[in-house]
Amino acid sequence: MTPSPGWRTESVPVAGISLHLASAGSGAPLLVLHHDIGRPERSPFDDALTNRFSVLAPSHPGYDRSSRPDWMRSVRDVAVVYQWLIAERDLARGLTVVGLGFGGWIAAEMATMSPRAFKRLVLVGAMGIKPERGEIADQALLSYIDYVRRGFTDARAFDRLFGAEPATPVLEQWDLNREMTFRIAWKPYMYSPTLPHLLGGVTTPALVVWGRDDRIVPLECGERYQKALPNARLEIVEGAGHFVDMEQPERLAELVTRFVDKV
Amino acid sequence: MHLMYFTEQPMSAYPEQEGRDFGATALMFSNRYFDPVAGSRLYNEYLEHYRLAEEVGFDGIMLNEHHNAPFCMQAKCNVFASILAATTKRVKLVLLGNPLPLADNPVRLAEELAMIDMVSRGRLVSGFVRGGGQEQLATGVNPAFNRERFEEAHDLIVKAWTQPGPFRWEGAHYQHRVVNPWAVPLQKPHPRVWIPGVLSKETIVWAAKKRYPYIALSTEIEATKKIWEQYDQVAQETGYAGGPEYRGYLQRCHIAETEEKALANARQFMWMQGEFTGLAHPVWSSPSGYFSPSYRKAFVEYAVGRRSNPRGAAFEDQIHNQQIVAGTPKTVIPKLRRLLEETRPSIMGFWAADGFVSNEDTRTCIRLLGQEVLPALRDIGKELGLWSPFEANSPVSINFAEPAQPAGAVA
Repeated sequence: MTPSPGWRTESVPVAGISLHLASAGSGAPLLVLHHDIGRPERSPFDDALTNRFSVLAPSHPGYDRSSRPDWMRSVRDVAVVYQWLIAERDLARGLTVVGLGFGGWIAAEMATMSPRAFKRLVLVGAMGIKPERGEIADQALLSYIDYVRRGFTDARAFDRLFGAEPATPVLEQWDLNREMTFRIAWKPYMYSPTLPHLLGGVTTPALVVWGRDDRIVPLECGERYQKALPNARLEIVEGAGHFVDMEQPERLAELVTRFVDKV
Repeated sequence: MHLMYFTEQPMSAYPEQEGRDFGATALMFSNRYFDPVAGSRLYNEYLEHYRLAEEVGFDGIMLNEHHNAPFCMQAKCNVFASILAATTKRVKLVLLGNPLPLADNPVRLAEELAMIDMVSRGRLVSGFVRGGGQEQLATGVNPAFNRERFEEAHDLIVKAWTQPGPFRWEGAHYQHRVVNPWAVPLQKPHPRVWIPGVLSKETIVWAAKKRYPYIALSTEIEATKKIWEQYDQVAQETGYAGGPEYRGYLQRCHIAETEEKALANARQFMWMQGEFTGLAHPVWSSPSGYFSPSYRKAFVEYAVGRRSNPRGAAFEDQIHNQQIVAGTPKTVIPKLRRLLEETRPSIMGFWAADGFVSNEDTRTCIRLLGQEVLPALRDIGKELGLWSPFEANSPVSINFAEPAQPAGAVA
């Protein structure tokens, strides 16, 4: 699949990494941080945002086309890389950071590091907090296809995006990205025990969005994010699982846009 | 030749149908089906088998370990090695081996192994493995750093064995501010290290660079020859000549008084639904990052059912290509001669029985191996010049030119 028209790509050197960065649109800057499975070549959600924003969509270090930093050991390391990118490009003023799933965890870490570093925070089905009742689904026990399917409430939405039987190169990419996820988020798996204690300092206006049927990160994590962040609102999206951006791209883009307009 | 007895220590008292219904017999297959009463009986039977193996003339007892699965009851090879160190007299205790990446404290492993070596009066051969993919998940260890941890833990253990402490270790995966274990091996320069394996080229190359014997685990004869080609080439590049003293092979081999009985019992080598290590999802056996990136495409295709199981050969095929050998001593010896002639190993492990083979039949198999097969193999070994590392006095490693000897012993 080729990227949607209008997207530019470049390689940005940060912390010795060749960071793959896609960008499109015009308006206030908005940084989208992708899921653990990587960033699809075509994202209707990202496309929808380009109408209002200057969208920057990097591939995380070691994911997709960004080079792998062998030294990297934690999600916090990724957050620092993005702080570096923001500082270098002088993007902080007016910046909205949208973190999807695993990218939401990175965004939350970024927010704790410097609460005034950007203007708004959007977390969508974010990893990063340990659920009290349920569990974050362990992808190490699930095949690539089963794991991603689990993130959809409607199997047809998966089929439309990836095909009922995703092509081998897609699976290879999911395996590569899974490996990088293991390298930085293996233990504890997909959360930081210290993060909840640090979210209280994040005065950044925050929108927490969760798919009603998220079977990867339980909805209670959304509730905990909303409680821990001093200035946050929780929005639940019906007809969506973990990959809200893939199942309800228009709806999520609308929520983000309205949130930015208000605050 | 160095001839060893081996068993996976099958937990044969588990309800097979439950495993089939669940669709897996490893990692996530519930341990509610583990029966400790049967476990107690089986552990003690296996200990008797090891002692019998020594009695009938085996040179070594090969031990291994696995986790969370009925195909192997042994969860810690150092436990059985410790028991055998005290209850056997002559056999080498060949651990193939301790899965190094699973250790969070390799210094502790170095101590345990030193204790086993001393209690056994210098009979330890300390093999090391990466551990299967499932072992990483069963112990919560990051599969993406498996090989790095393997190599670093190895370096730390050898240093702890050979250099006086205290010293400090600041590695990528292990940090020990004080390394000074008050237990060091009896054997100097250090116990022999042998490296078993089945799939990874990287491990063959690594073993050859270290000048450690490599033990091929039940590979096909043609595949085994390729392993030795590769090993010998790296040996040559490293500055020594490969040969029998660096070659080991684990043979599934069941002997009985009749051909029919031997063949029927040999079918039990397939008892784990035809899988070496039990039924499991491919992503459990090979979590992302565990395999070499060069296998990525083949692996993801296998994981979603687009490629057949590389280890799924049928029983008849494995009998045909001699990955499994079964029969009376008379019919088995010529088959083993062929293996020795074609692949020239000096170290042979005999995986003698598996699954539901009875205690009595297992004992008969061990006895027939010891009394009739091993003497014949020793003769063939002499004829072919298959001298084991002990007979050839080969160096312990690329770094230590001398063979392993108990301290104080006259060489």
